[in-house]
Amino acid sequence: MFNILRQNARLRQAGILGINRRNADYTLKYNPRHLYPLVDDKYRTKLLAQQAGINVPELYQVVETEHDTCYVHEKLADHTDFVVKPASGSGGDGIIVITGRRKQAYRKISGKLLSPEQLTHHLSNILSGMYSLGGHIDKALIEYRVRFDPIFNDISYQGVPDIRIIVFLGVPVMAMVRLPTQLSDGKANLHQGAIGVGIDIVTGVTNFAVWRNTNITEHPDTGVEVSGIQLPQWDNMLEIAVRCYELTGLGYLGIDIVLDRELGPLMLELNARPGLNIQIANRQGLLHRLQKIEADHLELQTVSQRIAYARHHFT
Amino acid sequence: MNKRHLYLLVGFLVGLGLMLFLYKALVLGFPLFSTSKSDVWQVEARLTIAARDEPVKATLTIPRTGSHFVVENENFVSRGFGLTTGVSDGSRLATWSKRRAEGRHTFYYTATVLQTATRTTTITVPEVQVPEYNDQQRQAADDLLGQLQEQSADNDTLIRNLLKRAKYDAADENLRTLVPANLTLPKTLNAISRVLNYAGLAARPVHGIELANSTVNIPVHHWLEVYDRGWKAYDFNTLDYLDGNYLTWWRGEKDMVQIKGATLERLTLSTQRSEETALKSAVLSGEQKNPIWQSFSLSSLPLDVQHVYRIILMIPIGALLLVLLRNVIGIKTFGTFMPILIALAFRETQLLWGFIFFTVIVSIGLGIRFYLENLKLLLVPRLASVLTIVILLMLLISVVTNKIEIERGLSVALFPMVILAMTIERMSIVWEERGASEAIQQGLGSLLVAALAYLLMTDDFLTHLIFIFPELLLLVLGSMLLLGRYTGYRLTELFRFKVFS
Repeated sequence: MFNILRQNARLRQAGILGINRRNADYTLKYNPRHLYPLVDDKYRTKLLAQQAGINVPELYQVVETEHDTCYVHEKLADHTDFVVKPASGSGGDGIIVITGRRKQAYRKISGKLLSPEQLTHHLSNILSGMYSLGGHIDKALIEYRVRFDPIFNDISYQGVPDIRIIVFLGVPVMAMVRLPTQLSDGKANLHQGAIGVGIDIVTGVTNFAVWRNTNITEHPDTGVEVSGIQLPQWDNMLEIAVRCYELTGLGYLGIDIVLDRELGPLMLELNARPGLNIQIANRQGLLHRLQKIEADHLELQTVSQRIAYARHHFT
Repeated sequence: MNKRHLYLLVGFLVGLGLMLFLYKALVLGFPLFSTSKSDVWQVEARLTIAARDEPVKATLTIPRTGSHFVVENENFVSRGFGLTTGVSDGSRLATWSKRRAEGRHTFYYTATVLQTATRTTTITVPEVQVPEYNDQQRQAADDLLGQLQEQSADNDTLIRNLLKRAKYDAADENLRTLVPANLTLPKTLNAISRVLNYAGLAARPVHGIELANSTVNIPVHHWLEVYDRGWKAYDFNTLDYLDGNYLTWWRGEKDMVQIKGATLERLTLSTQRSEETALKSAVLSGEQKNPIWQSFSLSSLPLDVQHVYRIILMIPIGALLLVLLRNVIGIKTFGTFMPILIALAFRETQLLWGFIFFTVIVSIGLGIRFYLENLKLLLVPRLASVLTIVILLMLLISVVTNKIEIERGLSVALFPMVILAMTIERMSIVWEERGASEAIQQGLGSLLVAALAYLLMTDDFLTHLIFIFPELLLLVLGSMLLLGRYTGYRLTELFRFKVFS
């Protein structure tokens, strides 16, 4: 009993944000319900970002009707590699990564071949809502396949690592990079077994890592140390994150960015209910930072002011 | 919406609820505890016959409303037989008949029996039917009664003496002439009542069952009733007044069952106690003090509607528990209110069987759902298929358990099947996305919450309290609103963030 109270006091002192407080004091308060569709539908997010000039993986095709699924092959003739994903998917389900071709067939990243008929079938499954939240009718997006920056070569197992930045009222609060593992099956979701590595918001250098709720220092599959890595183009990433806040108006927002070796940071998707494990990855609570921003945010008007504010306060 | 607004609202709700509660409890004297339990019983007679391709007629005596009990909600299950009910020689009879029947048939009779306070009705003094004795018997009866009257102070001692001698004095010739040894208990009692009739006392053998606990297969008990300034019941085993809570099933010398064209295979009687608090009597006291208040209370509703509200009013209590377990403790469950609906189903199946049925249906359903996953079905047809499979599984459980005579198996039909189907669907998705351990953990979490909700929602004291004082739900609502702004850590988060200690 005393243990529980002591732990409660410790978490409070460390400023750890719990689910109840995140929901009651942040998402319910700062994320108006009518803005959710902007981020739940990746197609809308992408269009919005493109209009604002934020770099995103180039959209080759959007498949909206059963009719489209047959013509997809002709339109994709110019592209040898691409990614197919549901617009409202969650947890990386329904994503197919094509890396090449062999005659008519497509070659998946795993090396297996996919016939045009199989791809058409997969597309119509996506349209029927098989991968969407709540089973609503969905769209399929066919887009540029990210070739991730070589910096991640040794600390990633298949899949594409992504960088999650939490932005509160336009100020970057905390960041981490999510590394796929064998356990996560190449997916970058922490609850599926990916590694979360905290990022120093000032410098863009990785610090602590969390894997399955415990702290680690090396990638479990490659054995390479994951902390102390300087992420390239960190300033750009912070800027993208802050501009996404202006784009959507969602006060408490998680921004997922991938780092392409040629195109640099690309905004992948937005999340209106970002998870709390980022605190474990950074060994730091969110609450004190959030409260500070709540007190000061009215004075911060421009993107550069907000980034400067974060750099000044969140070391 | 700021916090003060919320606190004011909560304060108002709690204040109003408490005020009404205290007014009713202290001023109107509504009872806080269910003191007088009016006993309500479900009785069931199950009659199995083997017919041999002949016209069949099976007659079962059934209880009638008497001075201690009210019999209502009678139900007959006939299965293809014609049914008639009637009264003959003061006994109520149910007769099942069919022109031609073969094989084994089972009939059910169920009824609700309400125990009432003994009514002081004016009983007409019964006429005594003088038994038709032959000369030898008359001689024996005169001798025997002469002896007994000498040894007795009044009718009561005379009856006791007679019973005692009938039980132990095997050698007495007079007695044996009238009450032969080796008779069955009902026949012995009948013979004794004839002796008493000869002495001018109205007497009759009575048959019934004891209402003590919920029992399956209770024996029929036989005793003797003699009219001595009111009917008095004597137990032949104890040679004293009948002690205990007995429901009179029928009177007289006839058998309980009469069958033509078939043989009796089995007759079982069972009782189940309904935990009904004495709402009537509890509220009756309030009625006397303030009739206007009474006419607006729950007890003014018809009994069956009241019964429904007894259950419905407990749902918010379960919901409050759910809020606590999910938002304060942090137990994960499938679906928000699924555990509550499962808990409601547990009311009928009881906890152990509820657990077993739930586990069996969900496990098998999950297995089939994994197979369906390979077929890549679209969402709505897939859900519909899972629902159909759940219903088939429920049917299978009912049939199998009925075959091996586990009565509880039939109550599986009360499980909320749509909820089960959704549970299977969500569980399989969690299984795929987050792994088996997470899925099983959430499944067990749901069951645990359901079990706790069941225990809370069926608590006698709480049920009584909420039913008599529904305004207490305002307090429950207030707590829910407060918990809606609870921003503290969940208990499970203390472990999740254990790296910070």
